[in-house]
Amino acid sequence: MTQAEIKLCSLLLREHFGEIVERVGALLVRAGAQPLRMLVGDTGLSLEQVKKALCVLLQHNLATFQLPKRGGVEYEARAERVLRILRYPRYIYAAKTLYGDTGELLVEELLLNGKMTMSAAVRKVADRLTETMEDGRTMEYADVSSTFVRLADTHLVQRCPLLPNPPRVPPPAPTLVLDEKEMYTVPRLNLTPPPEDDGIYWQVNLERFHQHFRDQAIVSAVANRMDQTSSEIVRTMLRMSEVTTASGAPYTQPLSSNEIFRSLPAGYNISKQVLDQYLTLLADDPLEFVGKSGDSGGGMYTVNLHKALTSLATATLESIVEERFGSRCARIFRLLLRKKHLEQKQVEDFAMIPAKEAKEMLYRMLSENFVALQ
Amino acid sequence: MAGSGRGRGRAAFTFNIEAIGFSKGASLPDAVCKPPPPFPSTDNKPVPLKTGEDEDYMLALKQDFRGTMKKMPYFLAVEEEREAIERYSKKYQSREKEHAAWTPDWRRLPREMKPRKKMKKASVKPRKAKSSDPKSNLDVLKKIEELEKKDDEEEKSEDEKDKTKDKEGEDDDEAEEPEEYDEEEHEEVLFFGFLFTAGQIAVIELCVGCQPNVPSFSEAE
Repeated sequence: MTQAEIKLCSLLLREHFGEIVERVGALLVRAGAQPLRMLVGDTGLSLEQVKKALCVLLQHNLATFQLPKRGGVEYEARAERVLRILRYPRYIYAAKTLYGDTGELLVEELLLNGKMTMSAAVRKVADRLTETMEDGRTMEYADVSSTFVRLADTHLVQRCPLLPNPPRVPPPAPTLVLDEKEMYTVPRLNLTPPPEDDGIYWQVNLERFHQHFRDQAIVSAVANRMDQTSSEIVRTMLRMSEVTTASGAPYTQPLSSNEIFRSLPAGYNISKQVLDQYLTLLADDPLEFVGKSGDSGGGMYTVNLHKALTSLATATLESIVEERFGSRCARIFRLLLRKKHLEQKQVEDFAMIPAKEAKEMLYRMLSENFVALQ
Repeated sequence: MAGSGRGRGRAAFTFNIEAIGFSKGASLPDAVCKPPPPFPSTDNKPVPLKTGEDEDYMLALKQDFRGTMKKMPYFLAVEEEREAIERYSKKYQSREKEHAAWTPDWRRLPREMKPRKKMKKASVKPRKAKSSDPKSNLDVLKKIEELEKKDDEEEKSEDEKDKTKDKEGEDDDEAEEPEEYDEEEHEEVLFFGFLFTAGQIAVIELCVGCQPNVPSFSEAE
């Protein structure tokens, strides 16, 4: 964590949770795992205040606790997760585009409260929607529930780790476990009080949202580079691989051309041949967003996620250098990206820029840390 | 003497000028007389921010979210000094919290997080009651016996009576002080807007054998 990131974490905590939580959280981010007594000593706050702050941080998934071998309980902050607070509006807006107002409010309530039971979330959102509806109509709990189930099915929300069966001697801290298969199963609810899902908490699955943003970026890149139809084809391929491909995988599972043809959205009636041509074009493109991995089923195609993201990142870097220093500096920068290491003389030759100017530009980029000497 | 150490009146650098890249005889850049300006004008202006309907909506969401967070029970504000004079603006600032109290699910948290129920009131009074009453009773009984036995030692018995009276007075004072302290502590605990469920009465390490005047937590307020 750089100093700037630690400072940003501090400010975010202060803005959203107040000064007490900020002091505790900032200390945890800076110093790593700490037991309770050390926190009380180092922050100068009272024991009560530190306990409350830790409860808030644990509730919002911004900190975790663990039982180290030497005994006691240690608390650790999740600094990266604190920085994700910056993206909350983006998550809420994405939920709105996918599942409408109900989805938006469900995700917003889950983010405001950290974790909630399904019944509590559904009740709150239904009440909020009823307030805004005209004609005295009410929002049915069942509608909100069904939206919640859809969110769980697409893995946008997930269950929090559960308490195991209580052992006879309760340890100083519970060990929360979660079975992979159980992560998205929705309990049967009656919703009339008392709620039957006590102890089953749900949280927003940030990784899934990040996957969604990644897919959006790839699709819009293809749309910019080629045309609308090819971007729709890539969007279809990504949608089909949503739940089958792990989030960190370098490429999606291979999809046959026949499958893609069947899964295209209803409005698109392009013929099978045209689809094949598009796929061939995409696979032959030097950017390599789509790759061909076999010939069965009319051709097996995958989306090369890592390659696509690398080229997007490179394009972003190049555009930054171009905007800040000018197009000739950008030319030198692109050269260095491609060739990794170059000497002064080689830079002048390959970029076809006179020596004096090349030196000046290189020095400027060096002084702003875009380029490094070896 | 005159012109010594100056190389026959001509300026020369102490290192090889070609190393930095200036060829012999080329014009050197201007000498710098003052520090560079803090915000020099650049040729390349930054690209304008991305704006649009989506971005406006997200901006509104962000501001909304931050406002709502400040009213939630998760927002722990440091309590300000109680004002001696009630300000006019106080009437117009919304002081209510949206959700009054929040109790975490204690089953999911380490046991040390759960606040210990304040035992001071309960433990101090009975203890003091137990300890002071028998003691004073015993003393009084003793004194009465001694008085009966030794009629001629009136001065001594009077002294002892005084002593026991003082001791009783002291005990009462001591019992009162922690009571007041407890009330203040209780007020401050409730002020934060947290409602702790009355769980089982836990054994407190500090209470057993502690002095009644020593507080268990050092509260900053």
